[in-house]
Amino acid sequence: MAPDVIIIGGGLHGCSAALHLARRGATVLVLEKDYVGRHASGVNAGGVRRLGRDLAEIPLSVASMELWHRIGDLVDDDCGFEGHGHLKIAESEAELETLKARVAAVRALGFTHEALVDRRQLRELLPAVADHCTGGIWCEGDGAAQPYRTTLAFRRAAERAGAVVSEGVHVTGLRRENARWQVATADGGAHLAAAVVNCAGAWADRLAAALGEPVPLIPSAFMLMISDRRAPFIKPVVGATSRPLSFKQFANGTVMIGGGYKGALDRETNWTELDFRGLAQSAQTVADLFPVMRSAQIVRAWAGIEARMPDDIPVIGPSSTEAGVFHAFGFSGHGFQLGPISGAIIAELVTTGRTNLPIEPFRITRF
Amino acid sequence: MTDLAHLKDQYDLAVVGAGPAGLAAATLGARFGLTTVLFDEQATPGGQIYRAVTETPLRERALLGEDYWQGAKLADGFIKGSAQYVPGATVWSISHDREIGVSAGGKARLLTARHVILATGALERPFPITGWTLPGVMTCGAAQILLKSSGLGPDGKVVLAGTGPLLWLLAAQYRRAGVRIEAMLETTPRRNWLAALPYLPKFLQSRYAAKGRALLREVKASTRIERGVGAVAARGDGRLREVAYRVGRGREIRLEADALLLHQGVVPNINLASAIGCKHHWDETQLCFTPEIDEWGRSSIPGVSIAGDGGGIAGAEAATESGRLAALDAAWQLGKIDDFARDRHAGPYREALAAALYGRRFLDLLYRPAVRFRHPAGDTLVCRCEEVTAEQVLDAVKGGAVGPNQLKAFLRCGMGPCQGRLCGLTVTELIAKARKVAPDEIGYYRLRPPVKPITVAELASIPQSDAARKAVVRG
Repeated sequence: MAPDVIIIGGGLHGCSAALHLARRGATVLVLEKDYVGRHASGVNAGGVRRLGRDLAEIPLSVASMELWHRIGDLVDDDCGFEGHGHLKIAESEAELETLKARVAAVRALGFTHEALVDRRQLRELLPAVADHCTGGIWCEGDGAAQPYRTTLAFRRAAERAGAVVSEGVHVTGLRRENARWQVATADGGAHLAAAVVNCAGAWADRLAAALGEPVPLIPSAFMLMISDRRAPFIKPVVGATSRPLSFKQFANGTVMIGGGYKGALDRETNWTELDFRGLAQSAQTVADLFPVMRSAQIVRAWAGIEARMPDDIPVIGPSSTEAGVFHAFGFSGHGFQLGPISGAIIAELVTTGRTNLPIEPFRITRF
Repeated sequence: MTDLAHLKDQYDLAVVGAGPAGLAAATLGARFGLTTVLFDEQATPGGQIYRAVTETPLRERALLGEDYWQGAKLADGFIKGSAQYVPGATVWSISHDREIGVSAGGKARLLTARHVILATGALERPFPITGWTLPGVMTCGAAQILLKSSGLGPDGKVVLAGTGPLLWLLAAQYRRAGVRIEAMLETTPRRNWLAALPYLPKFLQSRYAAKGRALLREVKASTRIERGVGAVAARGDGRLREVAYRVGRGREIRLEADALLLHQGVVPNINLASAIGCKHHWDETQLCFTPEIDEWGRSSIPGVSIAGDGGGIAGAEAATESGRLAALDAAWQLGKIDDFARDRHAGPYREALAAALYGRRFLDLLYRPAVRFRHPAGDTLVCRCEEVTAEQVLDAVKGGAVGPNQLKAFLRCGMGPCQGRLCGLTVTELIAKARKVAPDEIGYYRLRPPVKPITVAELASIPQSDAARKAVVRG
């Protein structure tokens, strides 16, 4: 039997779309070229934040956060989610002014999740922070989860709901076959479905181009590194204002350091190569903000391949050229938190043709 | 000796490791006019096999054996040559463009080489038995390092267990140093003799036969040896108190012990090669992953060669020759010598290499470690850093962890500071067995630099270029 929907890409967004579609009664086939969670979905920093989102993303991020806080109900696994909050640190009075303006802009839209904290409040939240830091933005209820476990939990929940996940199957093309889509795969397979969802991450531009709607996608390999176990000293996930940083300590004491610096990659071979000058800058930021970390040992570093769009917000919505095709890709280094909601949006679009969430800023025609 | 700050930004040749392969390669590379730098983690040259050869307190030559003192010649030739030597240095990254990340003295820096020779040597194979993490249990290799560098043997009652030439060599060295051994528990499976027998005639003609015979005779005359040992466990509360073992499937025998020294052969140290992306394959005889290299030691990555035991276990003499061949090829690739010169020089090295390899297959087959000491079960620890048991690994495989990289996410297995050195092969073999496929298909941990830990402060000390400072992007 041909499925109703074929999802191309078994990352978090593909698995989430599969889950939500299957719960809506659709038969779903997920085609994944490597294995589920192989790339950024499985190896990202695991930050689950509304803090600092592009203003256009905030409604989606807030809706997704509601799903995160009851993630166990959704996928029958807590995904390692812990809501210890996110903090963005200001390192000078000027940076604090920038953050003030940011909080004002978010509040003007009617959202109250971001709150400004002063020097003293910052130290209450983060006793280990360096003396020069002047304050920050605090976002209570934000947190972190385990990426691979989360992606796998969505996959399993989708499978329990009836979706089929096929790994090691590389999609090579798609074409319209009367009222249906035929998806060709490298193993010579041809799969038919009424609808196709493009969740192909860093490889999604190829499908978009095949549909006649090319996008300026930038394949990116965001780098992360992790330390040995340290005595617990920090609960929230921490970012900085003018330096890229994502910093958090796990329950087992290891500390993850990431945020924005990119390595080199090859989309054909899945090869990523770390840029240690970039990681050195991350290390410098950490050494400056948390002197206690200077002696920490970095035991591993890695990079996951994902798609960045030039405006750093994703493409979510129907194809502009073909009926029955939908996109969800290009999450630009901060798609993990949006995973639960992006799948729900896609499921709504596929089954009802509409969604109540404001996805217009994410249209594929904006480039 | 050179410190990091005084190194150039680029070298013709960078060699990693100062064992026989690395010393030979760096010496010869420099002699052919390549600007050469050699990085080594130890304070003095020699690698593990010739550890501390320039400064060991054990001056009585017979104690460590004449083979050991071969290292002094190699080290001497290297020190007198023009290669720059950076001891106490950890190479933690090499990119496809041969940009090398290295730390020494609390600082780190990046520099490039036109050609890299990895001479990272061997590691002892994991020996996962009940109690192998108890204080008092260590590997024969580690015990031998203590002997070579400090002249020390363990205190109290010493038991050796396992298989392979190093087990016998250590027993002999201990005897000569006056360290008493309570018992040597030999785990070589009896049926290995059947597989090895066809190669016995060649072995008997080889240079290893006489040495081996003498070694066996010496140890047998002085040490209680239990052969055909089929199970070994270390027991104790907080530290080793006794070693329990069975001969074949016989009843359990217990020995009081203060030190249990384990060994079941060595395997190539592939962490750096594999982090660079060099192709590897499973070697079913040596039961390990080995890099794919050609007759010059070239790996699958252009400009990266592998010499010595890191390219496949063949011993110190073979390592020396393979180091020379890799250096010759590097000099040829970089235009310092022509085809004629390369091939003319290579002739004697190849002959010496063939002589060093002659007869080794017998040793490989005879000392192939038993399945029961490679495939732990139940609550025996597999991953020491994250304390993951064999049973947990098998449960995770049932739960969908199809390979070592998925296992990391399930159990954090292999994610500790050792980067899988102590569990990688065990994990691959356990998954392969559970899934009934070949280890080659299961593969190994996907390793990433830093292949050895580096502190935040060291990493932050890497000098930045202006371009890099401007390339900051928002995440």
